[in-house]
Amino acid sequence: MLLIKNGRLIDPKYQLDKVCDLYIDNGKVISIGKVPSGDIAPTKTIDATGLVVTPGLIDINTHLREPGQTQKATIASESASAVASGITTMVCPPTTSPVVDSPAVAELILDRAEATGLANILPVGALTQGLKSEQLAPMHALSRSGCVAFSNGREQISNSLVLLRCLEYAATHDFLVIFHPQDKDLAGKGCMHDDITCTRLGLTGIPETAETVEVSRCLLLVEQTGVRAHFGQLSSEHSTRMVIEARKRGLNVTADVAIHHLLLTDENLNGFNSLFHVIPPLRSQLDRAGLLHALVTDGIQAICSDHQPHDPAAKQAPFAATEPGISGLETLLPLGLMLVEQQLLSLSQLIEKLTSSPAEILNINRGALGIGDIADICIFDPKLIWELTPENCVSAGKNTPVMGIPLKGKVTHTLIKGNLVYQAL
Amino acid sequence: MFELKDAYSVQLNQEGQLKHFITVEGLSRTLLTEILDTADSFVGMGAQQVKKVPLLRGKTVANLFFEASTRTLSTFELAAKRLSADVLNLNISTSSTSKGETLKDTLQTLEAMQTDMFVVRHSDSGAAHFIAEQVTPNVAVINAGDGRHAHPTQAMLDMLTIRRHKGQFAPLIVAIVGDILHSRVARSQIHALLTLGAAEVRVIAPTTLLPKHIEMLGVRVFTDMNQGLKDVDVVIMLRLQKERMQSALLPSESEFYHLYGLTNEKLKHAKPDAVVMHPGPINRGVEIESAVADGPRSLILDQVTNGIAVRMAVMSMAMSGQTSEKNNLVEA
Repeated sequence: MLLIKNGRLIDPKYQLDKVCDLYIDNGKVISIGKVPSGDIAPTKTIDATGLVVTPGLIDINTHLREPGQTQKATIASESASAVASGITTMVCPPTTSPVVDSPAVAELILDRAEATGLANILPVGALTQGLKSEQLAPMHALSRSGCVAFSNGREQISNSLVLLRCLEYAATHDFLVIFHPQDKDLAGKGCMHDDITCTRLGLTGIPETAETVEVSRCLLLVEQTGVRAHFGQLSSEHSTRMVIEARKRGLNVTADVAIHHLLLTDENLNGFNSLFHVIPPLRSQLDRAGLLHALVTDGIQAICSDHQPHDPAAKQAPFAATEPGISGLETLLPLGLMLVEQQLLSLSQLIEKLTSSPAEILNINRGALGIGDIADICIFDPKLIWELTPENCVSAGKNTPVMGIPLKGKVTHTLIKGNLVYQAL
Repeated sequence: MFELKDAYSVQLNQEGQLKHFITVEGLSRTLLTEILDTADSFVGMGAQQVKKVPLLRGKTVANLFFEASTRTLSTFELAAKRLSADVLNLNISTSSTSKGETLKDTLQTLEAMQTDMFVVRHSDSGAAHFIAEQVTPNVAVINAGDGRHAHPTQAMLDMLTIRRHKGQFAPLIVAIVGDILHSRVARSQIHALLTLGAAEVRVIAPTTLLPKHIEMLGVRVFTDMNQGLKDVDVVIMLRLQKERMQSALLPSESEFYHLYGLTNEKLKHAKPDAVVMHPGPINRGVEIESAVADGPRSLILDQVTNGIAVRMAVMSMAMSGQTSEKNNLVEA
């Protein structure tokens, strides 16, 4: 039996926020706040005085690069990064090489995850074969192999009939469909938000409508098919309004936002710093405010890292020629805490968006610490000030603009099924 | 928390002197005037018996052109030679290279050859900026055009041409006409004109050829040519690329010419002493009528002559800014 002693337990699912002891046995929570019955003494104790204890974080969009791009990162390297960040479950999109459109690839990912023995990895299956938007992927077989949802990545299914069929088929089996909405023609070869900064820098813009046009089309087909749908990494205020309205109409839709969209805007691209090159692009201050508002009013249910580790060469070129993406696992929680510090979000709201809420979207048995729940746990010191450096960064991808910026709040322990898989030195 | 950077501080040394020339944006009026004054002193040189000054003697200048160009490349070459530099011309077609890795590799190779200055043209916006951040200290980078971002030497030669004909910038209304969206020249001209104090800068184009929120740069936007030309002192025409028709930005060359092509008829709306400029190469009958291009109000050939002088000015100033930074480092 393991005892986590005297920590501030925040468990949004059970609306719990109090300093108490947590008892774990056989990988599950057995008692909260009182000594469990029976005559067993803890074999191990973690003193969590002054620390916050939460369900293990669930990152709803994490690019792991394996299989196919192991020069950037591997399941092993990124799992280590995840547990050092309090993230116990990662949901990875099907955009590997080969893509996750056959049970073999899904099983390969799960085998590697199991061999690594750190974080839980939940693959998302492809909606169409090869993400080519022509034929349906074998969703049912993929589901049996462990895929928790289906997506076409950022490859738009521009043929609306094919998209309709995908959604109908997914609805038949009550599968969750994840959209990364972007109209490919409107986005074109763009690399940043189309506004005055883009005009000044002379880069090719991605207008807001590249997202809203696709959100609108997807919502209409979701309405027709009744499929469960989730919009990943919304970047514009207008899209969040559309999703909120759809929810009000009774559609079963949810949304998440990448943490960097809550803190950064297109103005950060002044100076052509390729570390700010992300897709969907960082948008205006108004968009950022709109995303925050949607988060607080529950229009957006989850925050993700949209983790995209890169090798150094991927970012060393003129801006448009660099590859988009931020390595974000290790800064997910500290950047979230920055929003709490700025009083834009309460601490329990933040934890909810990182635990119970994504678990509910994915319909998985995680993200809470009630009696009998799986003991995936994140423990962090909310006051510790630190900086991420290329040396202490665990992820193979060092591509983040957050490097060298003072961060407040650091993970001290991570447990998976009651086993300590990470402990800060 | 996340410090907002500007795109232009990289080009100045600690004393505020030019050490690279990447963009006009963010440079002071004093500095732009210094460039024009320095260039002015070089203008007459072409007519002299000895056309050289020793300002860059012993220095090696590499013209690194990732995008085809004959005019800009040859004026840079001539400018470097008149400053007594050794010149290396490299025409590197982007089609044969695979993006950024190669750019970085190319740079390292050239740096190993102890090059003192890179003159760079590249199809990606921000390329010159990227190179300036990558090069070892004391190597100067001159932007000879990067994507749609900036073409600062072209803008400054246009400013020199305007100043030599009009004297002052303060009373001038300047109209820039045509494909503003894809134009690095227009962006640099707008920054230069506004910094130098022109009374009003206008852009005239159909909405498909205007970048988003261009008015926030401080220009007035016109979609009607005749209204836009009313009372202007300087008309700058931009080149229209043929590809624009294929990408559905315009219906046809003839429709564009009908609406935005500069003819003597349309020029009547401008001031009687208005001058006409064009960065070249000209598409006669697409953006400008031959009678205007070759007419008495055209300054197109003056622009070419002034181009050499301006390039000499910025090359010598950037090299001097690098040297002074180096000396300061040694002293420190």
